[in-house]
Amino acid sequence: MNNSIWQRILKNKASLCGFVLVVFFALVALFAPVLAPAKTANPYQLPQSSYDITPQGPSAQHWFGTTEQQYDLYYGVIWGTRLAFKIGITVTFFAFLIGLFLGAAAAYFGGKIDEIIMRFTDVVFAVPSLVLAMVIAAMLGPDINNMMIALTAVAWPSYARLIRGDVLSVKQRDFVTASKALGARGPRLLLRHILPNSIYPSVVVASLDIGYIVLTAASLSFLGLGSQPGTADWGQLIAMARNWVLGSGTNTFAYWYTVVIPGGAIFLFVLGWNLLGDGFRDILDPRQG
Amino acid sequence: MLKYILRRLLLLPLVVLGVTFLLFFLTQRLSPEMRASLYIKDPRQMGALEEVIAKYGLRDNLFKQYGRWLGRALSGDLGYSQSANMPVAKAIKEYLPATVQLALVTIVLVVFFGVWFGAISAVKKDKWQDHLARLISVGGFSLPIFVLGLLLLMLFYGKLGWFPPGGYSLSTDVAIHLPSFHHYTGFLLIDSLLNGNIKIFVDVLRHLFLPAFTLCLGSFALMVRVMRSSMLEELNKDYVRTARAKGLTERAVIYRHAGKNAIIPVITLAGIQFIRLLGGTVIVETIFDYPGIGRFGVTAAQQLDIAGIMGFSLMVAVLFVLGNLVSDILYTAIDPRIKLNE
Repeated sequence: MNNSIWQRILKNKASLCGFVLVVFFALVALFAPVLAPAKTANPYQLPQSSYDITPQGPSAQHWFGTTEQQYDLYYGVIWGTRLAFKIGITVTFFAFLIGLFLGAAAAYFGGKIDEIIMRFTDVVFAVPSLVLAMVIAAMLGPDINNMMIALTAVAWPSYARLIRGDVLSVKQRDFVTASKALGARGPRLLLRHILPNSIYPSVVVASLDIGYIVLTAASLSFLGLGSQPGTADWGQLIAMARNWVLGSGTNTFAYWYTVVIPGGAIFLFVLGWNLLGDGFRDILDPRQG
Repeated sequence: MLKYILRRLLLLPLVVLGVTFLLFFLTQRLSPEMRASLYIKDPRQMGALEEVIAKYGLRDNLFKQYGRWLGRALSGDLGYSQSANMPVAKAIKEYLPATVQLALVTIVLVVFFGVWFGAISAVKKDKWQDHLARLISVGGFSLPIFVLGLLLLMLFYGKLGWFPPGGYSLSTDVAIHLPSFHHYTGFLLIDSLLNGNIKIFVDVLRHLFLPAFTLCLGSFALMVRVMRSSMLEELNKDYVRTARAKGLTERAVIYRHAGKNAIIPVITLAGIQFIRLLGGTVIVETIFDYPGIGRFGVTAAQQLDIAGIMGFSLMVAVLFVLGNLVSDILYTAIDPRIKLNE
């Protein structure tokens, strides 16, 4: 990536904060096995100290306390970070790949192929993405992989449109005509000449969408349409807090940690990506700012 | 212009057809046995599974089944929703007004706060007010609505008891089902006033406030950003300099001159956001147990109620596509520089 862009990102206080947050979460995700050693073969399975339904406050044994059914919140937040990166990166990668393939094909071949692909994106766009993801996830059943499939299925059309536009504009440029004159054609022209010169801005846009993807994933889990029960998943931890927001008898805030701790984690994660994204947008589009 | 609108309107059924077919295809991922079991309430009747499959033709090929659904849908029969315990068409009629009402109140809040914060942000560019407004907007944008919703419930319902969840309280529920209460529009806020019953109006508003406020947050950030940049653009224009030169007070320059023009893109954006909100209410309605179309959709999805899912998505798709068309038209009507294709 261009050095001066990074310098400008790090100079701006807001985007620097975003950068620090994202790096912090990346480190947590990377060192999750050290920070919270896994207790079972599947590290994303939350450890459960008993089946008591009432959450317990922070203690020496459970630093962040436990939520409903004694799932450890500290473990959930740490491995939830790793899961967030896993979901964000996987979904963005595959959605981008599909978008790249279809968008480039639509722009390069034009005509009927273009028409079919673009009308298909219209259909996917005609339903709000959370609603469509919700229906797909419900049909496939609660599971992390199924949730990632649902998210990919709703995320790719925007990349397809973006890349189609980029390829169309690059296709007109002189160097493409020049390479055509030199005999380049077909896939070689597209892969070697057009794509490398058109996908760079879309790659930036796509990677900054990770925060949004994780937010949608958490929404699905919150609705009970995401991961299996007992997964270290922020959305699910927050869903488990739903029964405890009214506290116990006289103390309304008795179980504050069940909402605030996983909620804080997802808030800071998404905030980091948004601040970083705003920084890039300000630089790439000087009209805003 | 008229040609463009007509073309888009003609395309609408095609898109809706595509959406419903896509979703129908997805529901077919469930085995015929699973789909048949939805019709069976009593576990002892599970032996009748094959009969149900035969009766509803659940093993027929995809196109035949879709054709059957479509034929019925066109005649107004969307099937029976197991999750809502009523016909889908009736459920939509019952739940949709509550959601529209919620989205309307939300959009009013979004525009009010968005314009206010955005204008301050622009006028006090790079001062602390600007930083604060931008901080609130990016913070609000990043705080998931389900986290905010739970926190607000904790404070305003649990602690203070001001704003209860649900759509209305028990006494209202009784009152609106009395024969003396006339349902003129289906919107309780309007109907209560038409019936001259202020108590119901206040009650409905109290139940609306928290979900509307929560929902406000996501669109608010965008609104502030648009208002800020539009206001900054206007403040740099010549007519503002003229207004200042002729000695108008800064207040008059900002609110009467620049503000009036800066608000145009905000209004168009509000139109678009309104439609987005209709789709985005699913989470808010679930948290606050608000009896709207979003909660209906979520329950249908959770319980794999296929008729419910199909009816819900059909309605959302029609609203969404129509809404996008209206906002495209609004754009050109307000800003003549934008031309629609063909």
